[in-house]
Amino acid sequence: MSAVTTLDPAINLDTGYNFAYLDERTKRMIRRAILKAVAIPGYQVPFGSREMPLPYGWGTGGIQVTASIIGRHDVLKVIDQGADDTVNAVNIRRFFQRTTGVVTTERTVEATLIQTRHRIPETPLQENQIIVYQVPIPEPLAKLEPREAETKKMHGLSEYGLMHVKLYEDIAKFGYIATTYDYPVMVDDRYLMAPSPIPKFDNPKMNMNPALQLFGAGREKRIYAIPPYTKVESLAFDDHPFEVQRWQQHCALCGAKESFLDEVITDDQGGRMFLCSDTDFCQERRGEVASTAALVERPLSGSV
Amino acid sequence: MSDIDQPILSVKNLTKRFGDRIAVNDASFDLWQGEVLAIVGESGSGKTTLLNCASARMTPDVGQVSFRTRHEGVVDVYKLSEAARRLLSRTDWGYVHQNPADGLRMDVSAGANVGERLMALGERHYGRIRNEAAQWLSRVEMQQDRIDESPQTFSGGMRQRLQIARNLVTRPRLVFMDEPTSGLDVSVQAKLLDLLRTLTHQLDLASIIVTHDLAVARLLAHRMLVMKDGCIVEQGLTDQVLDDPQHPYTQLLVSSVLLP
Amino acid sequence: MSRSFAIQIRDLAKTFTLHNQGGTELAVLNAVSLDVHPGECVALDGPSGAGKSTLLKCIYGNYRATQGTLIVSDGNTTLDLTTASLRQQMAMRRTTVSYVSQFLRTIPRVSALDIVAEPLMEGAGGDIDRLAAARRTAETLLLRLRIPPRLWSVPPATFSGGEQQRINIARGLICPRPVLLLDEPTASLDAENRLTVTAMINEAREQGAAIVGIFHDQRVRDTVATRVINMAEFR
Ligand SMILES: Nc1ncnc2c1ncn2[C@@H]1O[C@H](COP(=O)(O)OP(=O)(O)OP(=O)(O)O)[C@@H](O)[C@H]1O
Ligand SMILES: [Mg+2]
Ligand SMILES: [Zn+2]
Repeated sequence: MSAVTTLDPAINLDTGYNFAYLDERTKRMIRRAILKAVAIPGYQVPFGSREMPLPYGWGTGGIQVTASIIGRHDVLKVIDQGADDTVNAVNIRRFFQRTTGVVTTERTVEATLIQTRHRIPETPLQENQIIVYQVPIPEPLAKLEPREAETKKMHGLSEYGLMHVKLYEDIAKFGYIATTYDYPVMVDDRYLMAPSPIPKFDNPKMNMNPALQLFGAGREKRIYAIPPYTKVESLAFDDHPFEVQRWQQHCALCGAKESFLDEVITDDQGGRMFLCSDTDFCQERRGEVASTAALVERPLSGSV
Repeated sequence: MSDIDQPILSVKNLTKRFGDRIAVNDASFDLWQGEVLAIVGESGSGKTTLLNCASARMTPDVGQVSFRTRHEGVVDVYKLSEAARRLLSRTDWGYVHQNPADGLRMDVSAGANVGERLMALGERHYGRIRNEAAQWLSRVEMQQDRIDESPQTFSGGMRQRLQIARNLVTRPRLVFMDEPTSGLDVSVQAKLLDLLRTLTHQLDLASIIVTHDLAVARLLAHRMLVMKDGCIVEQGLTDQVLDDPQHPYTQLLVSSVLLP
Repeated sequence: MSRSFAIQIRDLAKTFTLHNQGGTELAVLNAVSLDVHPGECVALDGPSGAGKSTLLKCIYGNYRATQGTLIVSDGNTTLDLTTASLRQQMAMRRTTVSYVSQFLRTIPRVSALDIVAEPLMEGAGGDIDRLAAARRTAETLLLRLRIPPRLWSVPPATFSGGEQQRINIARGLICPRPVLLLDEPTASLDAENRLTVTAMINEAREQGAAIVGIFHDQRVRDTVATRVINMAEFR
């Protein structure tokens, strides 16, 4: 299987739609929201979310962001839980193939634009890359403070004590901070932000990342961003510092010790093994990746 | 005049309307450090509205509220930025609601309820927060080992004590209370009143307590305001107002109860 | 008047207006003028309803005078109660005037010892040493007044009339004050305790207190009063 595809012959470029499905006015509106989000790192910018040919929960927020910034020369990678081949990832990739005809890839290093659900690739991102996160619940305080007017005020005034109440409760109940996904972060020492349901393992990757990170929540109609090289700090207590998940095991395929591992049940006798959740990373370590540089005609370039 | 001679809270010509109705009409009073002021009056006379306007929970139509801060002298509460006002109300002020569910987070533990204000002020040491919370539970006569329980499991009196601990943890100098004992059984009420009396005294708190119970006013308050139809019709030392009421309405109020 | 007064009353009137009884006016005191000096004990005399208690309550500021002036002095500063602010009146009660009412007002859950010690605890906040010292002083007084130690930790609501009266006296005398007001302090006491209380009143006076009191008991009055004023004199 080649990691970079041009056009799948089975997929016809669908010419009945505008490039990337959304009309240009909508894209401009979303790009304005993105620009505002970039200007105020971590701040949730409302935008006029459109109906997409996918149900909410399928990442319509991320898709709209991607659709608004994708250019004909972009190389797109779509992952879901670290894998390029899940139903969700495949469908979104096809959607963009059909509506844009852009080159897609499974290789992190080759992508200019990565749309993701639930993971950040293990391979460090670069300055000319953009990663778009699909966000179900953009408001980190939502579960603690249901009144939206109040959470707005709390963001406005940087009143974030409540978030620590949640972490306090974790420690009181479990003896440690039990939150493992969507672990809250402070962006640029100013805005509290939900990193979307990535494992907290990935939180440190957000900090001072050279790539532009964009977040889209379709149902909640919010866009937010972390510009390149922005400080992103995971909340914690002095005596209960932030820690990422660690495994005793290595990846059964590539032997990686430092990557995020998924537990896979191998048979019904309770056999199981641990595998890298980032399939591209795992394959690359195993040397299974065909050299595909030649297929990518253009050097990596920004796509907005 | 030394600083301590200045009132800690000064309310001037406060008026609040709801449509055509005047809920509070031109109310003025001063409160000094360590003083407990009771606001009494019949239902609908404007007590809660006055309390809410004085505590910046509700913006009055007319009037001024000044507060003597710890470090920055006297400030006009309604001229402060919203951020400064909110900071004030969770550091130097406390607000005890009649219904503890309005003042507590019912879905987090007692410890987190007490610790919240500390965390809001930037305390980031779990052990210290927990310690402080445990100590405050003791101070309000709750068992420390209930620190991880949710207020859902507490009785009304315990919830009210938890609400008080949650407010006092930042050592406020001014506490507003709206009928803090009215939902409770008589014996629980007595215990809570005793606690409030002790704490206001020990902490040298200034407080304003809205109550329709003249006995509560007699027990806790140094001074009293009597409200009728939004107006303060009489104010004085508590025993003056109760023993020698001047206004017809106060006389009626006092004569309607058994020996307050 | 050459000597400095502790209490100076001029043309004091107190009228109660009963708004809920058709505005009935009860003129209880009229044209009261009286000076009391440090070291004096003035006994108020007169029939029931003559306004003795009302006068004491006016001096304490519990009742608000209708007319006239009422000046209290602690030897350094003077305060006209008829014009004083509430805050000044509170300060006066804390530092200058002590009032022993006829009946003790008990406070639920507060022990006899703490009720007595309370005036000394004023302003102590959480200062453990001061609180302990206040309680020790209270214990001395309670011992002298023959309140058995087993009762000290009990709220006095259930005490006998005489016990309550002694608690009230102990509370009123625990801080020496320039002005002491006593409303029938021995009415419910047995002979032995009556003697103790009269001795304590005399000690307070000898230490310079200006005392105004109501003493129905002829023997007590003769023992403590340096002057007797009949309320009829003010008519
Ligand atoms: N939010 C509001 N909207 C309209 N009218 C109000 C509002 N709040 C209070 N009022 C009216 O203002 C008047 C004073 O009400 P307030 O709640 O201050 O009385 P209260 O003295 O606290 O009464 P209670 O003893 O019953 O608590 C009443 O007539 C009341 O109906
Ligand atoms: Mg009310
Ligand atoms: Zn692997």
